[in-house]
Amino acid sequence: MRVTQGTFSYLPDFTDDEIEEQVRYCLDNGWATSIEHTDDPHPRNVYWEMWGLPLFDQRDPHAVLLEVNECRKAFPDHYIKLNGYDRTKGRQSTTLSFIVQRPKEEPGFYLERAEGKNRQISYTTRSYAVDNKTGHGRQS
Amino acid sequence: MAGTNSNNSGKKKGRWAAGITPYAEMGYYDADYEPKDTDILCAFRLVPQDGVDPIEAAAAVAGESSTATWTVVWTDRLTPYENYQAKCYRVDPVPGTNQHIAYIAYDLDLFEEGSIANLTSSIIGNVFGFKALKSLRLEDMRIPPHYAKTFQGPPHGIVMEREYLNKFGRPLLGATVKPKLGLSARNYGRVVYEALRGGLDFTKDDENINSQPFMRWRDRYLFCMEAVNRAVASTGEIKGHYLNVTAGTMEDMYERADFAAELGSVIVMLDLTIGYTAIQSMAKWARKNSVILHLHRAGHGTYTRQKTHGVNFRVIAKWMRLAGVDHIHAGTVVGKLEGDPNAVRGYYNTLRENKLAADLTQGLYFDQDWASLPGVMPVASGGIHAGQMHQLLHYLGDDVILQFGGGTIGHPDGVAQGATANRVAVEAIIQARNSGRDYFNEGPDILEKAARWSPELRKALEIWKDVSFNFESTDVPDALATVSV
Repeated sequence: MRVTQGTFSYLPDFTDDEIEEQVRYCLDNGWATSIEHTDDPHPRNVYWEMWGLPLFDQRDPHAVLLEVNECRKAFPDHYIKLNGYDRTKGRQSTTLSFIVQRPKEEPGFYLERAEGKNRQISYTTRSYAVDNKTGHGRQS
Repeated sequence: MAGTNSNNSGKKKGRWAAGITPYAEMGYYDADYEPKDTDILCAFRLVPQDGVDPIEAAAAVAGESSTATWTVVWTDRLTPYENYQAKCYRVDPVPGTNQHIAYIAYDLDLFEEGSIANLTSSIIGNVFGFKALKSLRLEDMRIPPHYAKTFQGPPHGIVMEREYLNKFGRPLLGATVKPKLGLSARNYGRVVYEALRGGLDFTKDDENINSQPFMRWRDRYLFCMEAVNRAVASTGEIKGHYLNVTAGTMEDMYERADFAAELGSVIVMLDLTIGYTAIQSMAKWARKNSVILHLHRAGHGTYTRQKTHGVNFRVIAKWMRLAGVDHIHAGTVVGKLEGDPNAVRGYYNTLRENKLAADLTQGLYFDQDWASLPGVMPVASGGIHAGQMHQLLHYLGDDVILQFGGGTIGHPDGVAQGATANRVAVEAIIQARNSGRDYFNEGPDILEKAARWSPELRKALEIWKDVSFNFESTDVPDALATVSV
């Protein structure tokens, strides 16, 4: 399967040039960029690991791309995403977020159903990706 | 003017003489009045009956929407009536018509805190049936922060919704399940599953899907949540279906909404027909239960569409931002339902921005400061399809839900394929926009290129390529923009 989180998951994976274009768009808008990675793409996994701090002072799109490539080297089997962040009053939030690397095999998710009374079902989504791993802090 | 005085000798009476005195002379018109920062301001479009002075007609509107009755009452003198009288402070003729725009100021003390019902019972209560007017339309209101802050407002707002759904940088996509009536719950859930797994963020009950004999609400909720959760697992994305909780009583609505929350639905939906107080109650419920609140503006066209009578939608938009909804349908510009581009831009800005400057080209008569009340996500719904994506982004921006119906479900290869076409189209246009291309003019080319590798989009473009709805709007702002949009 293909995890379709992020702004551009229905397009073919971006080339480095295409990633740089999107970074430039962020910087032109005055947004800071940041890079995050994870081995658990669960839809409610909000806090991916930060690849360093947000690049508040980096105004060069190519330098941001080099950071992406560093992260790729360190975590070749992880999901990696690039975020744009707008600190403007009233927004103060992420404004762009797209996946720039995904593992070769995306195992997907298992939907667990706990059957209750009156046909009611409690649903839990589980990542196959973390099935065989143990404990917290495994990503660092 | 509330009546005519057959004993009128032509001599001006004292202010407190019994009988009928023109409203303008009773203090409801004051050209020198300077509105206070705390006043609620209204702009009314009025057409007086033949022979009725526009200023007197405007003063009558101020009177009838505040303290006045048809005749002088001595009991006014027991009150600081100057304070409670609404004051018309400006009347402008609309060139080339028999219409006038009357600006009226209301003191803050005239209204109960946090109550749309009370606000509207004054402002649009009796006055719209007033015989001395041919017609009357409330065009805009300035809600001062002092009053806005007495409302809860949207339970979550645009920013919180995006953070909650983990979706950034593009319009959200939805589809309304069709046919809107007659599907069994199980078949209905199939459409939800296909549309969501194909790439949409949301699916939606239609406004008139409540709990009918062919599909009762509880059955629908159960099948829809199976569909939503299956789609979440097959894509890794958070998805939602707007479960319509509209019902005949508040007790029924709470029961349905509680069940939706218990099943883990991220969103429920209301129809505007349930009334302002019911909406405010559900807004409190939605914040308490962490459920996004979608509002369908069912019925609004009966009073928002005609230029000279009723309430402009931008006013409804303001009331709903105060009342507290997270989504509201607000027009598409390019789709099948009424919506002049400039007027729609005004609605969208009213819903989304924190501070707005008056701009008559958008029909905005007043500055508006929302004082950090969260923004409402506008929903564009009705006759839109993938081939219009560049236009939709141009007219409506990023913070919008593009709500397809036939434009997803009518795809010849299937509902999921229709959804994928919608999603590929929006992502391709966003990518092109962000990389600096003239996406509005080059839109067809950008979509065509994406269709080379996306068979879903290619089929959608072939089917709907030439579909457009070019009818003249019945409601456009008076002022024209000097630059074309």
